[in-house]
Amino acid sequence: MKKLLTAGIVGLSMSVSGLALADDIKVGMITTLSGGGAGLGIDARDGFLLALQMAGADNIEVVVEDDGQRPELAVQIADRMIQNDQVNILTGIIFSNLAMAVVPSAVQQDIIYLSNNAGPSALAGAQCHENYFNVAWQNDNLHEAAGSYANEAGYENVFIMAPNYPAGTDALTGFKRFFDGNVVNEIYTQVGQSDYANEISQIRDSGADAVFFFLPGGMGISFMRQYDQSEIDVPVIGPGFSFSQDILAAVGPGALGVINTSQWNKDLDNEANVAFVAAFQEEYGRLPSLYASQAFDTANLIISAAAKADIADLEAFRAALKEADFDSTRGDFRFGNNNHPIQTIYVREVVEEDGVLTNRIIGTALEDHQDAYAADCSME
Amino acid sequence: MSIALLLEQILNGLQLGVMLFLMAAGLTLIFGVMGLINLAHGSLYMVGAFACATVAAWTGSFWLGLVASLVAAAAAGAIVEMTVIRRLYDRDHLDQVLATFALILIFSEGTRWVFGSLPLYLNIPDLLRGTIPLPGGGRYQIYRIAIIAVGVAVAVGLWLLIARTRLGMRIRAGESDREMIAALGIDIRTLYTVVFAIGAALAGLAGAMVGALQSVQVGMGEPVLILAFVVIVIGGIGSIKGALVGAVLVGLIDTMGRFLLPRAFSVFMDPSEASLIGSAIASMLIYMFMALVLAFRPRGLFATAK
Amino acid sequence: MTMNRETIVNISLALLLLAIPLIALQLNSPFYVTLATRMAILALAAVGLNLALGLGGMVSFGHAAYFGVGGYVAGILAHHAFSGLPLDFGLFQVPGTNMMPIIWVVAILVSGLLALFIGAISIRTSGVYFIMITLAFAQMTYYFANSWPAYGGEDGLSIFVRNQFPGVNTLRPLTYFFICYAILLAALVLFAAIRDSRFGAALQAARQNEVRVATVGINANRIRLAAFVISGMITGLAGALYADLNRFVSPSMLSWHMSGEFIVLIILGGVARLYGPVAGAMLFVMFEFLLGGMTDRWQFFLGLVLLGVVLLARGGLVGWLAGRARHG
Repeated sequence: MKKLLTAGIVGLSMSVSGLALADDIKVGMITTLSGGGAGLGIDARDGFLLALQMAGADNIEVVVEDDGQRPELAVQIADRMIQNDQVNILTGIIFSNLAMAVVPSAVQQDIIYLSNNAGPSALAGAQCHENYFNVAWQNDNLHEAAGSYANEAGYENVFIMAPNYPAGTDALTGFKRFFDGNVVNEIYTQVGQSDYANEISQIRDSGADAVFFFLPGGMGISFMRQYDQSEIDVPVIGPGFSFSQDILAAVGPGALGVINTSQWNKDLDNEANVAFVAAFQEEYGRLPSLYASQAFDTANLIISAAAKADIADLEAFRAALKEADFDSTRGDFRFGNNNHPIQTIYVREVVEEDGVLTNRIIGTALEDHQDAYAADCSME
Repeated sequence: MSIALLLEQILNGLQLGVMLFLMAAGLTLIFGVMGLINLAHGSLYMVGAFACATVAAWTGSFWLGLVASLVAAAAAGAIVEMTVIRRLYDRDHLDQVLATFALILIFSEGTRWVFGSLPLYLNIPDLLRGTIPLPGGGRYQIYRIAIIAVGVAVAVGLWLLIARTRLGMRIRAGESDREMIAALGIDIRTLYTVVFAIGAALAGLAGAMVGALQSVQVGMGEPVLILAFVVIVIGGIGSIKGALVGAVLVGLIDTMGRFLLPRAFSVFMDPSEASLIGSAIASMLIYMFMALVLAFRPRGLFATAK
Repeated sequence: MTMNRETIVNISLALLLLAIPLIALQLNSPFYVTLATRMAILALAAVGLNLALGLGGMVSFGHAAYFGVGGYVAGILAHHAFSGLPLDFGLFQVPGTNMMPIIWVVAILVSGLLALFIGAISIRTSGVYFIMITLAFAQMTYYFANSWPAYGGEDGLSIFVRNQFPGVNTLRPLTYFFICYAILLAALVLFAAIRDSRFGAALQAARQNEVRVATVGINANRIRLAAFVISGMITGLAGALYADLNRFVSPSMLSWHMSGEFIVLIILGGVARLYGPVAGAMLFVMFEFLLGGMTDRWQFFLGLVLLGVVLLARGGLVGWLAGRARHG
């Protein structure tokens, strides 16, 4: 895998022409390419490389490594990339716990970290950092939007569930922050749990109007398949992660009609997005997921900053990043004071198009939404 | 909390227990007869699941996949026994732990090499799709009931095999006195390979059945392996009866703990806190139970005479 | 005193480990300093396990528990030092600290206490039961760290700035290597002293023939328990150092894979040999780095090598270099 990729990058840097404006930028991408979360990392990597290829950015060199979703491995890779490969920018991490392991020490060593996926609350508030930019969302955002949608849909009794780890508690806190109704049961499952018979029995018995769940990666697939098999008719809502393009096929027809929230969808009608979706499909032969779009945006953010400032002048480069002067696949995109996005979050529904399960946008959940922690960040 | 929910949870606990029994039976049999501690048993579970998923995808039939899982796991078990495990019978447990740990690495990485890192998904056969009503108004998945039935059938089958057949007699002889069966002229090498293959086949069967509920991926056997070890240690290593009792106990304690502890804590705590702390303690419950059993019965509930 | 072959091998190993970071800096590749530090810390953890496993014959499949707890001590104390809030035990409060010596002492004490508790129950069992009960206790600590809401749960805990040691700059990789290396040497001296003491003799005798030890009026279990606690303390100290190396602790330090790795280190190097853990850790980390650089499938080959070592090359690297051990 890694060999193939390096070959791809070499090929990429040879095929494009054009003069580099300033010092070359070296980007280290640490992402999850094996295990249950591999689908997310593969989409992120592909989206990122696609953006560089489309822009012909031959002044940006990328090294990609698989973290296997193991924090200690991610730390070792980060050390090696910083000390041995001398990267300027790190990116790529999918999971919050890995981000928490890598980001705080990396940004202190004057490495810019651009998060294309994880947005732990700890990095958005008091511990925000000038070298840390989140190009995806703060973790709570999509869950907050789901809470807001649940009000709109008229649900009064909701059963909520997430894994017992910080992103899970963040998710349920985020949902409850916007949901006005009654939470009939709040369940924390084990991380990596693969059987949900226990929770499904409790849902069946709870008399809830709806179930909100956040179970990233393989956990969500297992839950949805088992939920479908158990023939309960309580509707399910979730963040876009649980119904993203990379896992919909595995979830199967049980996902049809499910409502989920996302800051992006492939049918968003803006120029950058139309070009991105078409190019992604052509290059990889599949539909892009939100992970791919976020990484694509991350790469374009780097390209936009590199056009304005030299990476050697870190301050200028940071300022250029903060301007976020690039065409996002999400349409409007800007950074708040804590270097986290202010963006619109949409409501999507899972539908079938040409025999493929995918999402379409059916409304807006939160407009120009900023995270709840920005006020605790001392940056301006 | 309704009666229906309680009944469903008891069934959930039994289903987990039965699945653990399929794993634990092989482990305990292998230890009882050959004195071998096999960490790679979880890999055979994985082999069964991958065989089932692959064959089911080729042929479109889950049933053929199930047969394939038995065959593939038994074959993998027999090959591993003949090439590696055989050399470990006379070694101490340390060597056995390390060699079978090495086998896990080889199996996991090898499977990833062949099948890639992405999980595979197996569908439940149409025959077993859907749910049936339970007394009290609940419903339960037919497939999970089928798993319980298979587990009960295996338990009865193993008992018949050991108590009533010639092979069973040899196994019992091997458990009590290794020199004697050699003296009786029984080919002990073949006997060991057969026992190992039977254990492997049971693990493969468990992997295939659970694979259809969850997902088929590298490393899926490891959490189950550790639980199965807890089961046989509680039951008494070497005892099939102990494995059965231990498996059902572990299945029920784990399921009930995860279900009841958060509720119990919410009596005197904020529900959100109660859920967090309740599920944290529930995840340790079976290990606490095991420590408790061993503190009073250092050789498990049904210790064998040895 | 004439040097025997094993002493020569041991001195060479110690010098080799010392040489790696120095040469690395000459070649301007600082990452090798980190690698050498990793070797020293893993070796230290395995020296701890070697005491229980090698000398005492107690095959602990749960030493990750002490390693992880040591790591969490460092992480939690640093976390409180950083936030300025004291640790609240209800009846009394303890301030956090970022001073390494204090952290080490606390890590040693806490992991020693844990080893005392686990050991007191586990030592009643033997053979496979001992392996499994130590594994089960380690799993308990793993799940506890994983799902307890304070201190990051599954996410782990970051140490934002490496903890301090009076008078030196621990942020410099080479300085930190020297600290770890010195502690490793101290632990090796301790191991040798224990091995050659009356206590050590009784421990080894208890491994070989429990009945004979009992007839001389020695309580074998008490000796084993003492060795087990010291073993846990050394591994716990290694955990604290490892946390500062990575500037991060997470439940994965407590996972059963980690326990398995420690056993692997000892077997690779040579069971009960003084420098077995050092040789094992150096081999393992080099193997991981070199093979990991060449192929993503390095664990497959690691498995083959381990299998080869168990089946063919008993005695490990030190056994191969220095011949069979004098101490049985």
